[in-house]
Amino acid sequence: MKYKTLAIADPAKLIYGVAPRPIETRHGMRIGGGLIYPELNFTLPDINIRKEAMPEIARHYKQIVTEALERAAELEAPGVMLEFETLPPMTEHPALGMEVVNILLEGIERAHDKYGLKATLRCTPNDNREFVRPPLMRSGRYWDAMLELFDQSAAAGAEFLSIESVGGKELHDDALVNGDLRAVLFSLCVMGVRDMQFIWDHIVAIAAKHGVHAAGDTACGFGNTAMVLAERKMIPRVFAAVVRAVTAVRSLVAYECGAVGPGKDCGYENPVLKAITGCPMSMEGKTAACAHLSPMGNLAAATADLWSNESVQNIKLLGGMAPTCYMEQLVYDCRLMNTASAEGEASALKMRDWLVKSDAGLDPQAMILTPESSVAIAHAIVESPSYYAAGIAAARAAVKILRETSESGCLRIDSREAGWLDRMDDELDDMPDTEDAFIGEMMEEVDLEKFTPADYGLPTPVSA
Amino acid sequence: MSTIEDLKTAVINGRRKDVKTLVPELLESGIEPAALLSQALIPAMGVVGERFKKNEIFVPEMLVSARAMKEAMSVLEPKLLEAGIRPEHTALIGTVEGDLHDIGKNLVATMWKGAGFDVVDLGVNVPAARFIEAIEEHEPHIVGLSALLTTTMPAMRDTVAAIRDAGHTSVKLLVGGAPITQSYADEIGADGYSRDAASAVDAAKAALGV
Ligand code: B12
Repeated sequence: MKYKTLAIADPAKLIYGVAPRPIETRHGMRIGGGLIYPELNFTLPDINIRKEAMPEIARHYKQIVTEALERAAELEAPGVMLEFETLPPMTEHPALGMEVVNILLEGIERAHDKYGLKATLRCTPNDNREFVRPPLMRSGRYWDAMLELFDQSAAAGAEFLSIESVGGKELHDDALVNGDLRAVLFSLCVMGVRDMQFIWDHIVAIAAKHGVHAAGDTACGFGNTAMVLAERKMIPRVFAAVVRAVTAVRSLVAYECGAVGPGKDCGYENPVLKAITGCPMSMEGKTAACAHLSPMGNLAAATADLWSNESVQNIKLLGGMAPTCYMEQLVYDCRLMNTASAEGEASALKMRDWLVKSDAGLDPQAMILTPESSVAIAHAIVESPSYYAAGIAAARAAVKILRETSESGCLRIDSREAGWLDRMDDELDDMPDTEDAFIGEMMEEVDLEKFTPADYGLPTPVSA
Repeated sequence: MSTIEDLKTAVINGRRKDVKTLVPELLESGIEPAALLSQALIPAMGVVGERFKKNEIFVPEMLVSARAMKEAMSVLEPKLLEAGIRPEHTALIGTVEGDLHDIGKNLVATMWKGAGFDVVDLGVNVPAARFIEAIEEHEPHIVGLSALLTTTMPAMRDTVAAIRDAGHTSVKLLVGGAPITQSYADEIGADGYSRDAASAVDAAKAALGV
């Protein structure tokens, strides 16, 4: 593991808008350099994405970028990040994805020329590798097409490259619905980490080739799946909270490979990563309710450098098209927070603490991501000798935080969930000492029809 | 002496080991396999489903019971088949083409199994032609279609149309997934919809008129 110390060891310094390693964009945004900026995300309404539908699809994206950036300029936003997260056919056929990338880049330039708006583009090809089952993680047409889209979008001018990668997810969904922490650790810290190393070496190389930024990943498919399941009362919130802590180990690998941020919005583990790496992070919370509900709508903003809405369909609302409405909400949230910081550090801290306090005591998943908790989990990770050990340490730190805060009355835990803290402690106590021993045990237990060990550099068990 | 009630309790509490010993013991004592199914296993999963619906238990706890039922079924199924007893209802389920989301679909499949349906799961990214092929092979009473992306809702509509066009007019089509609504279900000509797994059994029964 590369990081041995924390970039931000003092929780009081883990705050929105400021990161030790800010990033400058071509049009002059300084992300993490003092201001928090909006990051707008958008998607299509129900349309079948085919070549023939491209004129209609192009109209949607053109309308989104034109109207949303116009509103941002009217509201005098100091800068805007647009994120284009592709839908599966757009990665599968990079030409379709590139058509949209170009529309967005043109819109950004038009808004710069017309209003002097500083805007930039993050391109996030979706990870299609699991379209074949078991997934082909390191080769095949889905892999090739994804790299092609990264390459072409960077060449065209997308300044930030991100992905929501899925390595390890083959086993993780089952681990979640079964409340199986051991399998969570295997998915995230054994499989996930290995896939991250593989994929991020490629993304960093592409970014370097075009002089753009390899931004960061997210454990969305892991931590947010857990969060949504907890929100629907399907799995315990304390379990989802501990899963979240473990996801930080997996997402960290992108930065170890050379990513520089801003980390992707849906990575709620980002405060932990900001503490470790010092890179700026995007976050989403209350303004992402259009995409999914969460128990930390305010708290998520407390340490963010970009503030996002995750995704909204281009449909008509009373105020205007939905992406434009969300742009407005994001701009106002950022304006308020930037006003607080403009008054000085004490005001910024006050604002941050209000954001934290209004959520932290009400939900374990929020409590786990307060600045204090984030730094504690970050410590547990960097002090560990391996990813495997870091996963266990992060989980233990999380259980400890939940136990202590609930015992002291700072956190409310549902009575049905209390037993889960003991259950998770027991599972952690039973973990083997070394990763090799763990892999040996797990390879006998896991369903080998779901993934290909060699695609993770893992040994195929003799019995298979 | 163990009773049918003991088996029901063991399934409710997810005690697989107990189930493993109880099933042969009860069969030995002369109780018919069909009785174990209808008087212990299905009512047990009914209780579990009800608890889940009321938010008294979580999915992991429900799945422990489902696995206990599966344990029992591994012994009972061959015996039921031998006796010429087939499940009253067969269901097919799958996520439509272009869509890989399956957590919700899997939960619906679990609930249907718990209700005693014979469930054939076609997996994810299932083209309309594959649904039709499977309908012809398994002759199900119900077909469940899941879609989680607004951009795969059209594939759901097309699948419903293709199944009907292929002449399968009596099979009941149930749809679900986060972006799906009752009105969308009506619009595309589905026979039923449910917003969550807990009510998926009721929705299936309503569509079947049982
Ligand atoms: C988990 C998740 C994933 C996981 C899926 C894991 C898995 N194995 O299923 C992963 C990470 C892989 C994923 C990938 C993607 N996802 Co996703 N995902 C989600 C998320 C967060 C939760 C879905 C979920 O599991 N919910 C929990 C289950 C229990 O609920 P459910 O699925 O609704 O099912 C219940 C009911 O709907 C009903 N039901 C469901 N099916 C059926 C069927 C029948 C017959 C019946 C009766 C009932 C029924 O009962 C179920 C049980 O209660 C949603 C957010 C959301 N708001 O839904 C986004 C979401 C659906 N995903 C989204 C997107 C965009 C994607 C990606 C394209 C992302 C990307 N760019 O990489 C890819 C697409 C992959 C693909 N081709 O399908 C968007 C969709 C936006 C849009 N345009 O529609 C959402 C809304 C997130 C967002 N806000 O942006 N995703």
